[in-house]
Amino acid sequence: MSTASIALPTRPATGFARGLRIFLTEARFEFTRLFRTRAFSLSVIGFPVMFYTLFGLMLNRGQSIDGVSVAKYMLGCYAVFGALGAALFGVGVGLSGELSAGWLELKRASPMPPLAYLLAKCTTAMAFGTIIVSVLSALGIAFGHVHITPLEYARMIGITIAGAVPFASMGLAIALSVPFNSAPGITNMIYLPMSFLSGLWLPIKFLPAVIQKIAPALPTYHLAQLMLGALGYPKIGSTISHWFGLLGFTLIMLGIAWIAFRRREQNS
Amino acid sequence: MPTLVEMPETLTTPRTAETVASLSNVTKRYANGVRALDNLSLDLRRGEIVALLGPNGAGKSTAVKLMMGLSSPTSGSVSIFAADPRHTAARLRTGVMLQIGKAPEMLRVREHIQLFRGYYPNPMPYEQIVKAAGLTGIENQFFGELSGGQKQRTLFAIALAGDPDLIFLDEPTVGLDIEARRGMWTQIRSLAARGKTVLLTTHYLEEADALAHRIIVINKGKLVCAGTPAEVKSMGANSLSPNSTAATNGALKIIRCATTLTAQHLLAMPGVTHVESANTLTVITTAQPEATLREMLALDQNLHSLEVQSPLLEDAFLALTKDS
Repeated sequence: MSTASIALPTRPATGFARGLRIFLTEARFEFTRLFRTRAFSLSVIGFPVMFYTLFGLMLNRGQSIDGVSVAKYMLGCYAVFGALGAALFGVGVGLSGELSAGWLELKRASPMPPLAYLLAKCTTAMAFGTIIVSVLSALGIAFGHVHITPLEYARMIGITIAGAVPFASMGLAIALSVPFNSAPGITNMIYLPMSFLSGLWLPIKFLPAVIQKIAPALPTYHLAQLMLGALGYPKIGSTISHWFGLLGFTLIMLGIAWIAFRRREQNS
Repeated sequence: MPTLVEMPETLTTPRTAETVASLSNVTKRYANGVRALDNLSLDLRRGEIVALLGPNGAGKSTAVKLMMGLSSPTSGSVSIFAADPRHTAARLRTGVMLQIGKAPEMLRVREHIQLFRGYYPNPMPYEQIVKAAGLTGIENQFFGELSGGQKQRTLFAIALAGDPDLIFLDEPTVGLDIEARRGMWTQIRSLAARGKTVLLTTHYLEEADALAHRIIVINKGKLVCAGTPAEVKSMGANSLSPNSTAATNGALKIIRCATTLTAQHLLAMPGVTHVESANTLTVITTAQPEATLREMLALDQNLHSLEVQSPLLEDAFLALTKDS
């Protein structure tokens, strides 16, 4: 066997620059693809916009909670709701589909760095979250007499982007552990109750005591508290505890995803 | 494996050519206990087109998955360009076309190609890919809008994107019309002519016959036989008749005709290895077709409906993979 004469490329195969370039292309096409997929982009942006218009702007006009107008309070809540939807449906359901169709297998057989693929999906969720927060803010300012300073807006964007990480991790865990056919259904069964239980639709303090006890187990609760804090609403618990809550949830989800991935590998 | 005779009609690749990919004594057992591959060894050499054939469940996909680095062997070793197939260095030199249910539909053909070209340091020029895969004119269409054949050609383009030295093609021409299929065959041949190695799995045996330099037949995870299409056909025809010898390997032909000669009589003729009667026709397998025919025509003046053909790969395939 004269394999010695076949030289492998001398160029380092896994350079950071190469990975970054692939990630950027991957992210650009992932965003383009999802934006063009009307069923995704219209519903993921449309739902929070519709709910915010209805519950934050049309009902409860001129009311306030603890000195902050309902329109501004709800802006924070629906921003979290929007970020959650973008990540769960974009990353979770999207990945699950590509996994079941064999597309991911083709990608894995190619020299694409797997991390570039995952980060591209996560970044796309961040981009959709940013769009949603911006649309909601514009609606609030235009129709709900909401006053937000540039700093508050910047904080909301920052929290939305950070929030995409735990939600995308949850999407990854769902995609890897649930059969494709049931992924959209299961995602909805997590998306909607989780939003309600963490006070995204009704302020948490108006919810029954038992729900207030469950809520701290949910990443949406912590993200909502951070978001409300950024908008000048007195939040429950300390900032650092919420960040740790999100970090803990992310690690648990990545752990579940890892176990599910290992199990798939062994069966493949 | 029996000693093989070189066939004149074969487009042989030099037997000394570099090995680009190999499975060595590979056994693969899945978690559920199924043994998909059983001590299988095979080599792919530079510049050859190899067709991997086998009935459903023979272990073809497992073998290909191992070579693509999507799975690891239970025992034995897999090597691609003298490296582990899971290493990026090996992946940078391979291209893959898989049977997939769905590709992202809202990306244009052009974008799919560009995305995959971006994974490789020295990709094939874009225009060349489009031309080779026959995608001119539909580059701006969304993948979801394409016909089955166009989708298949886009996936072929993706496999070519990196200008790889080793290309895995899983059922490449499924859903293609005859013209498009011939077009793809031409492309596959020209890849091999440029020194690329192509591993093809297909259910169209005439495709393997027309394209492959070498055919590898596996069944139940084991190697059944390997050789040029002509060699495999001969082995298949021989396996039908137990009294065959290595000497009859080679120019086996099938003679069909209506004749009054008995099977016993025919079997006594030189070269005849197998005789079968179907309706009014007699089907004779012979290693010396000219001699057999001369004798038959001399003995039976009323012989008619004569047809002489090469054994079909399909028959060989069935004979070689049938349950013993």
